[in-house]
Amino acid sequence: MSIAIAMSGGVDSSTAAALLAENNSANTSSSSPEVVGLTMQLWNQRRLPQLLGEEAGEGGHASGRCCSLDDVYDARAVANFLNIPYYVINLEKQFEETVVRPFVEGYLAGETPIPCSHCNTEIKFAQFLTTARQIGAERIATGHYARIRRDPQTGRYQLLRGVDRSKDQAYFLAGLTQEQLARTEFPLGGMTKQEVRALARARRLPVAEKPDSQEICFVPTGSYRQFIDAYLAEQQRQSESPAGEVVSTDGRVLGEHHGIQNFTVGQRKGLGMAVGAPLYVIALDPAKNRVVVGEDRDLFRSRFRVREVNWIRPLAAGDAVEAHVKIRHNHPGAAARVEADADSEAFIEFVEPQRAITPGQAAVFYDGDEVVGGGWISQIL
Amino acid sequence: MNRVYFDNNATTPLAPEVFEAMRPYLLEDYGNASSIHWFGQRAKAGVEKAREQVARLLNARASEIVFTSGGTESDNAAILGIVEAARAERKHVVTTAIEHPAVLSTAKALEKRGVNVTYVRVGASGVVDPADVAAALRPETVLISVMHANNELGTIQPLEEIGRMARERDIYFHTDAVQSVGKIPVDVEKLGVDLLALSAHKLNGPKGVGALYVRKGTILRTLLHGGHHERDRRPGTENVAGIVGLGSAAEIARAHLAEEHARVAALRDRLEAGILSGVPRVVVNGDRTHRVPTTTNLTFDYIEGEGLVIAMDLRGIACSTGSACSSGSLEPSHVLSAIGLRPEQARASIRFSLGRFNTDEDVDTALRTLPGVVEQLRAVSPHYRKEAVSSQPSAVSKS
Repeated sequence: MSIAIAMSGGVDSSTAAALLAENNSANTSSSSPEVVGLTMQLWNQRRLPQLLGEEAGEGGHASGRCCSLDDVYDARAVANFLNIPYYVINLEKQFEETVVRPFVEGYLAGETPIPCSHCNTEIKFAQFLTTARQIGAERIATGHYARIRRDPQTGRYQLLRGVDRSKDQAYFLAGLTQEQLARTEFPLGGMTKQEVRALARARRLPVAEKPDSQEICFVPTGSYRQFIDAYLAEQQRQSESPAGEVVSTDGRVLGEHHGIQNFTVGQRKGLGMAVGAPLYVIALDPAKNRVVVGEDRDLFRSRFRVREVNWIRPLAAGDAVEAHVKIRHNHPGAAARVEADADSEAFIEFVEPQRAITPGQAAVFYDGDEVVGGGWISQIL
Repeated sequence: MNRVYFDNNATTPLAPEVFEAMRPYLLEDYGNASSIHWFGQRAKAGVEKAREQVARLLNARASEIVFTSGGTESDNAAILGIVEAARAERKHVVTTAIEHPAVLSTAKALEKRGVNVTYVRVGASGVVDPADVAAALRPETVLISVMHANNELGTIQPLEEIGRMARERDIYFHTDAVQSVGKIPVDVEKLGVDLLALSAHKLNGPKGVGALYVRKGTILRTLLHGGHHERDRRPGTENVAGIVGLGSAAEIARAHLAEEHARVAALRDRLEAGILSGVPRVVVNGDRTHRVPTTTNLTFDYIEGEGLVIAMDLRGIACSTGSACSSGSLEPSHVLSAIGLRPEQARASIRFSLGRFNTDEDVDTALRTLPGVVEQLRAVSPHYRKEAVSSQPSAVSKS
């Protein structure tokens, strides 16, 4: 058997599955199938039932959020339609350990984590890949909008943006290693979203008209603050998000906050203060449990450090390159000098100051369409 | 693909003879068994014949057999029925930690209504100690519920001793015999039970039908409300074809009990021995002597049971992990936890359960396939590599 496709029940992974199934339909082996569909059970929505609210109804099922029974139902329906074997695998424990808990703890530590990137690195391209190989699939596929190419001269794998810039997800995949890239296929990377929808309709896939899901998959209400409150309450760790001071950039106390996790760099709302000029969160100080606010211009910075850098195109410590760097998924990116440091760290300097460089977010370095590497923003300099 | 079915504890194939027995009642003999006319009488005759067949299998009277929708309903009817009919001061129930969810969930529901329940623990053998049951009894105990054979391990509980205890203390005794009926002798007189639940689809009968044995004189409040069917013990138009199927399956089981026991035990023993000798780091869970002949539950170190079940299924062999995960959450099996397995051991456990239609070829196929599958899972398991190859660097590293 050759490949396991991760199926979320959404249009993208379903269409990717259809493409793989078509390519393999000629090779039906009697001893073992070529394509197998797998859904990862990552988070039990019923753990924090207070978040489900009205949309859940009596049974407590959240639809349209990670791992709802509806999603499994849809994925299974697509797999049956494509006549490929289908299973649900349970990765809840690993997902909580490597994605959910770090997400909550990142916020408590004054960062703004990006769980989707962590999930790719730890779950989708690690745990899922392991399980796939265990059951006999040497490769995996997902519905991500990104491309993988192999450099014919060096033999190294390259990660490229998807051709549909508006849907490109290469940003979230910057943590992939050579071994992971070697075993992965992205059937949708060369297509636009419209083309994918059109293909889903043409193939009459059961989910062709299903809307895309938008927010973080395990946060059912779309409010990460509610999620963190509920999670801390469940773990009896409410004391870890105490109230603290809101201070100006020159240290004057301006007010009070009720938990540092409620703020992110660049945020304007929620400060609860009426002062002359608009105030924005400039930085979060977890050591002193303070929110530092200032004016818009205070948000523009150029130099920052990145930790746990993954180099898809290797860069030796001490070397530097000019690259196009994104500090958020919806940041257009800007020219910067990227210098590799020891211990998988990097030092970045933008040519022009950029707004709201946020610790915890992923900084991803591009050379044209190619993702050179990326890591977590750790410190603004 | 040539498929092998080793999940008979989940359900069993419908025997062809049972299907033939049912067929007329799906087609020509469609009457409502309560109707006065000829059509109704035909249906009624089918139902009453089945009642006799089930009664004979249990050494009970036909009048003591109530047909239900299956094992779950029978368990609910027995437990709720006894407790709700009891006097207010008798509100304590004793059961075990390894019961099927149909019993445990019912017990939990009773606790929410203010009834006290004691869940007697078991040791690594998966067999409850009658002394522990005795120690749990109180003056206000109204019901003991202990399963006959455990669905995950196959271990057989000492019902005779518990039955004696129950009779001496004037306590009702219920058993969930869903996994024992049709596989080992089940004699309600010998066991001393007042109530016994069974399910057709575990003995090559159809799904959706079962029975509850209710000893004459037992005072039971009915679970459902409606007409006067089943001597006022279980309303609802009878599932005639299903009941006929149950009866037919019961008769076949009774006729072949001893020989089938020997045949399946030999297959199971060969499968188990083959696995133990062909795969390293495997242990059998639960007592291997006091066990139904069909079941073997094994823990395979360093793997995820889910991955093993999937890998085997992709190669045409059906088995199970014994823990329910279709509801979207996964807990380690309460049975395996009760016999002392850690969560990671429980998650690495697989149940093979054989039945009437399994053959030597099936065992051969499984023994040919399983070792390679386990090896492949272990080869890609981080835990296995860590312990087996401690000095070599990890295969996955950042570029």
